[in-house]
Amino acid sequence: MASLLSLLNDYTLQNVMAGAALLGLISGVLGCFAVLRRQSLLGDTMSHAALPGVCLGFIIAGGRHMGSILTGALVTGALAALTMLLLTRLSRLKTDAALGIALSVFFALGVVLLTHIQGMNNASQGGLDAFLFGQAAATLRADVWIMAGITAIALALVAVLWKEFKLVTFDAEFAASLGLPVVWLEALLTMMVALAVVVGLQMVGVVLMAAMIIAPAVAARQWSRRLEGMVTLAALIGMAGGVLGALLSALSRGLATGPLIILSVSAVVLLSIALAPGRGLAWEALRLWRGRRRLRQQQVLTTLYGLAARHEDPVFRSEQGLIDSYHGLRTRTALRKLERRGLVEWGEAPPGEPGPSRRWLLTPAGRAEAERVLASLYEEGA
Amino acid sequence: MLAALFDNPAAMIMLVGALVGIASTLVGTFLVLRGNSMLSDAIGHAIVFGIVIVWLVTHQQSGPLQILGAALTGLLTVVLTELLVSTRRVKQDAAIGLVFPVLFSIGVLLLNLYARDVHIDTHTVLLGEIGFVWLDTVTLGEYRVPQALLSMGAMTLLNAAFVGCFFKELKLATFDEGLARALGLAPGLLFHGLLLLTSGTAVAAFDAVGAVLFVAFVIVPPATAYLLTDRLWLMFVYGILVSILSSISGYVLAVAWDVSIGGMMAVMTGAFLLVAFLAGPRYGVVAQWFRRRGQRRLNEIRTLAVHLYNHEGSPEQHEENVTRALREHLLWDDAKARRVVARSREQALIERNGEALHLTPGGRELAREILEPGRRATDGQG
Repeated sequence: MASLLSLLNDYTLQNVMAGAALLGLISGVLGCFAVLRRQSLLGDTMSHAALPGVCLGFIIAGGRHMGSILTGALVTGALAALTMLLLTRLSRLKTDAALGIALSVFFALGVVLLTHIQGMNNASQGGLDAFLFGQAAATLRADVWIMAGITAIALALVAVLWKEFKLVTFDAEFAASLGLPVVWLEALLTMMVALAVVVGLQMVGVVLMAAMIIAPAVAARQWSRRLEGMVTLAALIGMAGGVLGALLSALSRGLATGPLIILSVSAVVLLSIALAPGRGLAWEALRLWRGRRRLRQQQVLTTLYGLAARHEDPVFRSEQGLIDSYHGLRTRTALRKLERRGLVEWGEAPPGEPGPSRRWLLTPAGRAEAERVLASLYEEGA
Repeated sequence: MLAALFDNPAAMIMLVGALVGIASTLVGTFLVLRGNSMLSDAIGHAIVFGIVIVWLVTHQQSGPLQILGAALTGLLTVVLTELLVSTRRVKQDAAIGLVFPVLFSIGVLLLNLYARDVHIDTHTVLLGEIGFVWLDTVTLGEYRVPQALLSMGAMTLLNAAFVGCFFKELKLATFDEGLARALGLAPGLLFHGLLLLTSGTAVAAFDAVGAVLFVAFVIVPPATAYLLTDRLWLMFVYGILVSILSSISGYVLAVAWDVSIGGMMAVMTGAFLLVAFLAGPRYGVVAQWFRRRGQRRLNEIRTLAVHLYNHEGSPEQHEENVTRALREHLLWDDAKARRVVARSREQALIERNGEALHLTPGGRELAREILEPGRRATDGQG
């Protein structure tokens, strides 16, 4: 515990954790809109396309100046989005191909520029590679302030245009009929993904940014049906994942921060899909199991009722083996459940009859229930 | 002579580049047509995980077994994605964006932990180094043949054999999956086979061009071909041509500018796509623009003909059927009116008599055909 506390006082780690939290915050919030608008992979494309911008920023500024590098990343990221848009609008290519083309060609251009910079023999080129995979440890206090500024701008935009964004996300046609500038709002939402990418470049790198946009939003979606709740939760999940990843990385010297952040957030996704109340897989399985159990009880009940009717004896006593032969064994638990509900009785066989001495028979309540089930089945069939 | 070829680094590099492009195009064409392009991005990244795992198990870096082993993890990505989609909690694009970063992250962490000094450093993962393929050679008979040439050649043959053997089946499964299934072709199995080959190609191409540039070779040449033709076999021809030309021109430019060869090759695929996008004979932007302009001009001429026909022989003919009237009644400005009149006269649809405009018999026929479609020209007035 003491080591953890001393670790928390570590200046570098403070920067990394602050940066990771900011990244989780902005990508969680903006990712919700991207995922709901089925633009999950746009973040992937834009983050790859940020590479030539990083290099151009470096070339223009003549060194590793955060401001110009991030501006460059923002510009080429937006250009990639525009390219993708033009390809889908003006040609017969579909979204997936357009995304892949923008992603790979822009990235290739970035690689070419990167090698060009390496050929320039500029002393300060070291650290450009960091943008490929992220190098959280290189985060400076100044970088954190820039990231905080970008995050604040993005959050302010979301807050001010909340209603409009919500409308465009869920019903763009309705938004257009209300006279909202839908195209501009969609462009703004897309641009803001580029902002998140820019914040994440330093922390997790271009490859893993895709998951940072998608994962918190998908996880949050499992827990909340409302956009308000989803955005809040995604922000929290993103921040928690970021901080956890940063801490894990600090505790285990030498493990890269970016992947640990991604794995932390992805673990939350897995848990959410499995366990989220109402929507989770575990809940569905439980519902299914309950439904099946209920159905089996009803089947056993109506079988008993049918046997009684055929023998024209309302208190006809059926042997366990007979019921099993109807349903293929394992009816005992269903019968015990029915007994507990007071619908059947485990009664004595009539004296003098061969076979087991104890048998199942319907109670008056069981008869009524069986009649009700049969009536509802008949209604459904009609 | 052959020995001279194998000793010529430039030829080897271009050949390997072209083979990467051809092998990728063979599988990529179907991915692009099916709308699954981004799966190649996911596979390209996820095989990093596979390569590390295979290396940890066998401590060998190349060979058919390694390609197969790593290729299986590419397929694993696809299966995991499908599994995630089948829970109905996550859409396909989001599922892709969740799965590959997780595998990539685990791969990077394993590299961090166990394989610090393997040649698969994280830099190669994304960029590859096609410039050095001729350094890593094996002796084959009396020739020293680059390792990459062998593996890429084998992969190209394998892909070509697969596509050649199952051409009809793949075609049907791509364009009409329902019919393919009805005919008992197992399109799912066929598609997974295709993805396994895609993963294998990714692994084989990995050393040469890296994960992301591989994506360029899979998506961009087929997409370029798709902009040029509607015939499947021609798509292959064009795609392969683009691959070869990109490889050669990319190499030449990269040497001239002293930048990344693989990167420049991928950029060139983008350049060819741009040309097809703009200048494609049928789907190109320019062709579309000309077609739309032709349509607009035709509409203008038809409007004029109908206008003249409607007022022909009526009392207001001398007021309506003059160039001046077109401004008020058809809302055309003078320049436009003049242009349309000139074009109509060129096509001998109208005659000009001072200010007055008259339809020729041909123009009259055109107007009638528009106003009463379906009536045969020979029916005359009766």
